Amino acid sequence: MKRNLLFLSKNLLKMALLLLCVSMVAFFLVSVSPINPLQANVGQTALGSMSPEQIQKLEEYWGVGQPPVERYLAWAGDVLRGDMGTSLIYRQSVASVIGQRLQNSLWLLVIAWALSGTIGFFLGAVAGANRGGIWDRLIKSYSLITASTPAFWLALLLLLFFSVWLKVLPIGLSVPIGMEASAVTLLDRVRHAILPALTLAITGVSSVALHTREKMIDVMESDYALFARARGDSNWRILRRHGLRNVLLPALTLQFASVGEIIGGSVLIEQVFSYPGLGQAAVAAGLGGDVPLLMGVTLVCAGLVFLGNLAANLLYGVVDPRMKGRESP
Amino acid sequence: MERPILEVEHLSLSFTQYRGLLGRTQLPAISDLSLRIHPGELVAVVGASGSGKSLLAHAILGILPYNASLTGALFYNGAPLTPQRQKAIRGKELVLVPQSVSYLDPLMKVGPQVRNGRRDEAARNRSRAVLARYGLDPQVEERYPFQLSGGMARRVLISTAVMEQPRLVIADEPTPGLHPQAAQRVLGHFRELADQGAGVLLITHDLELALTVAHRIVVFYAGTTLEEAPASAFQEDNTLRHPYTRALWRAMPQHGFHAPEGSLFSPQNQEEGCPFRQGCPEAREDCAGSIPYRQVEGGYVRCIREVAP
Amino acid sequence: MKKRSRRKAALSLLILSLCLLLAVTLAGVLLRDAAMETDFARKNLPPSLRYPFGTDWMGRDLFVRTLCGLSMSIQIGIITASVSAVIAFLLGSAAALLGRGADAAVSWLIDLMMGIPHILLLILVSFACGKGFWGVVIGVTLSHWMSLSRVIRGEVLQLRESGYVQVAQKLGMGRGYILRRHMVPHLFPQFMVGLVLLFPHAILHEASVTFLGFGLSPEQPAIGVILSEGMKYLIMGQWWLAVFPGLALVLVVLLFDLVGSTLRKLLDPASIHE
Repeated sequence: MKRNLLFLSKNLLKMALLLLCVSMVAFFLVSVSPINPLQANVGQTALGSMSPEQIQKLEEYWGVGQPPVERYLAWAGDVLRGDMGTSLIYRQSVASVIGQRLQNSLWLLVIAWALSGTIGFFLGAVAGANRGGIWDRLIKSYSLITASTPAFWLALLLLLFFSVWLKVLPIGLSVPIGMEASAVTLLDRVRHAILPALTLAITGVSSVALHTREKMIDVMESDYALFARARGDSNWRILRRHGLRNVLLPALTLQFASVGEIIGGSVLIEQVFSYPGLGQAAVAAGLGGDVPLLMGVTLVCAGLVFLGNLAANLLYGVVDPRMKGRESP
Repeated sequence: MERPILEVEHLSLSFTQYRGLLGRTQLPAISDLSLRIHPGELVAVVGASGSGKSLLAHAILGILPYNASLTGALFYNGAPLTPQRQKAIRGKELVLVPQSVSYLDPLMKVGPQVRNGRRDEAARNRSRAVLARYGLDPQVEERYPFQLSGGMARRVLISTAVMEQPRLVIADEPTPGLHPQAAQRVLGHFRELADQGAGVLLITHDLELALTVAHRIVVFYAGTTLEEAPASAFQEDNTLRHPYTRALWRAMPQHGFHAPEGSLFSPQNQEEGCPFRQGCPEAREDCAGSIPYRQVEGGYVRCIREVAP
Repeated sequence: MKKRSRRKAALSLLILSLCLLLAVTLAGVLLRDAAMETDFARKNLPPSLRYPFGTDWMGRDLFVRTLCGLSMSIQIGIITASVSAVIAFLLGSAAALLGRGADAAVSWLIDLMMGIPHILLLILVSFACGKGFWGVVIGVTLSHWMSLSRVIRGEVLQLRESGYVQVAQKLGMGRGYILRRHMVPHLFPQFMVGLVLLFPHAILHEASVTFLGFGLSPEQPAIGVILSEGMKYLIMGQWWLAVFPGLALVLVVLLFDLVGSTLRKLLDPASIHE
């Protein structure tokens, strides 16, 4: 027990330090930007017609002119106290913007992650166990084609097919336009989330399938698989008794470590469907020079990725009997 | 004499390999190997590690890799050993005792692996009995392979082989990594199996240890068999026929520890003729031609001096 | 016999793919002006023999525009992937050869960079560079070296412990000699394959970040621009604006993948046992 706690705390500390470094890198990047947020959000012509006092007020608002290190320390101090600043384009606190957006995105992320994980695992296992066979080749080709397809183009295709041609699913957003918040039903939310989640899942399947396939091949070509064959076991029996068990742990670990990919995919897909999620907020913040929001989103996303990695490490440390065994005499 | 349980006739095994960007060659691993094993006999195939002896075991069992090509004939109990037959008797009458614990599933406890998945009462009793026979108590069933010591692992591996009544046991290098007493004990178990009526094929690099339990020794060098002789012939070196066998004998610690001269054989230099001719003190010109494996009194030998003295 | 001709076929496929990619790149460069030509008389035409990809709302030939965009993507992709690969090689080898400190530092850096999802990193870097061409180039370069660097680190570590390197060290051979004669020949195939396999990722990411609006400016006929602008007209039924350019992009990426994996099959000694 003690050993597990030690392991956990070491990893949490590492995670915190990494997040700190991420925040520094991100802040450095946004502060060297030549983008003048005034120009990006207010516009050249509007600026031209303003008085110097108005411009100065705006500059203060957008944080132009302060030295970067000071700004970073101020920002970091605020974050540690729970205040991520105010979003410049949404005029709400960054925390509340992220809170809302994260809720929406979580729908997509979780569904896509679970779907791509299970389907990918199944496909990869079948491919690896039948190496060289017809199923293997089909699954490999499918994975290759999907991996070569940009997520946003796939989203466009699905949008075209289901929303424009078939008119079966809504074109975008997360709820029907103009409807009052109280009138939105769960079904509405689900209908609007289907296409983005589906797209995200399809793009995620390929890497899971390919990785699972590799691990499965390793297992099927291992010494213990050979010995099982020598004892009269059929390929199917070997797959069932040894294959799945030995592939499950690496596959799950990889799943947790692939959180970053899913988040990345969601940025593009939300943009196509105008789905008001975290990804779309990041794009809007980047295009509009909304530094506080951009920093907040980066921090939250990196945090999610590191949490995923932590889960992956914990899984190995806790579940594998060879790791557990180190404790016993 | 009873009919042999296993007959291997002129077995040759090679692998397809790619050379450079586009070229293809066949890499020979075994050429013209012949031997016979009778029920109750322990035959040891003795040769340097990594010289292809494990492949013999895999060939007999029918579990060779996909790029292997095999010629020659295998007979089990008088009838041809076809792939279907191999599949039917693998793990039951024809068993393998593999080299190391890596041949066990690392994520599965020992008990289920010994029983190969059977959960019924009879199987459980049998696995307990078999483990006890080799000095392992029931707690071992609850351990994982990585928790076994070298000697325990070997004994578990033998246990998997005797769950049913094997008629032919192939032991692949059972002694590396064990200290002499443990190695002796393990080999004793195999001799016991032979004494109870099974045929045992012992694949090893340790001539000295093999002599303590084997009935006959087959000398394996550079992918082929050079001599087959009864264990008793190894008490003196003048009862051994092939110069390589004699050199092996002289290299044994108790016989002087003399190392043979000449370079080590490598498969790339494979041409026809005796693979030992570069180090052989009695080499002649016609050693470079093809030499048949001739039956002589008490065994076989592949030496030109037997063919044309 | 069959196997020998299979490998020969692989080699010819490789050469064919490379020629095709080269043709696309050159065509794009040559057709630069034609891609910008507008002609309102021929706007919004669906695909036909004359205009295989159709025309857009400004009357521009979509086929020519797509070729141009692909050519740009390929060029940017090759440059960024190459620089990325060199960074990966240097950092990976440094981690493996320059001791514990360097290894820890590089590993920390990799963990750090991999913590930020790719697209987000691209947005940040693009923002830092004020969007535009350099933002994309630097961003894509900086986001792809991590996994290749890990692979190289692993390979070099293995090599360092291998028999023949240790023997050479004991024999007193200098470090430079060992690097040159023993390590580089072994690393080179891996490096080349890794490099070529970076191209498709680089191209896809460049197109993605341009699509979002962070990359090349809207006047350039980049694939990302074509697709993002075309998105607005999809609802009006002009499906060809999205389908064909995207399909062409997928084909180019697939070709690069093919080149990379064929190269690996031919160069990798482990495929010896085919």
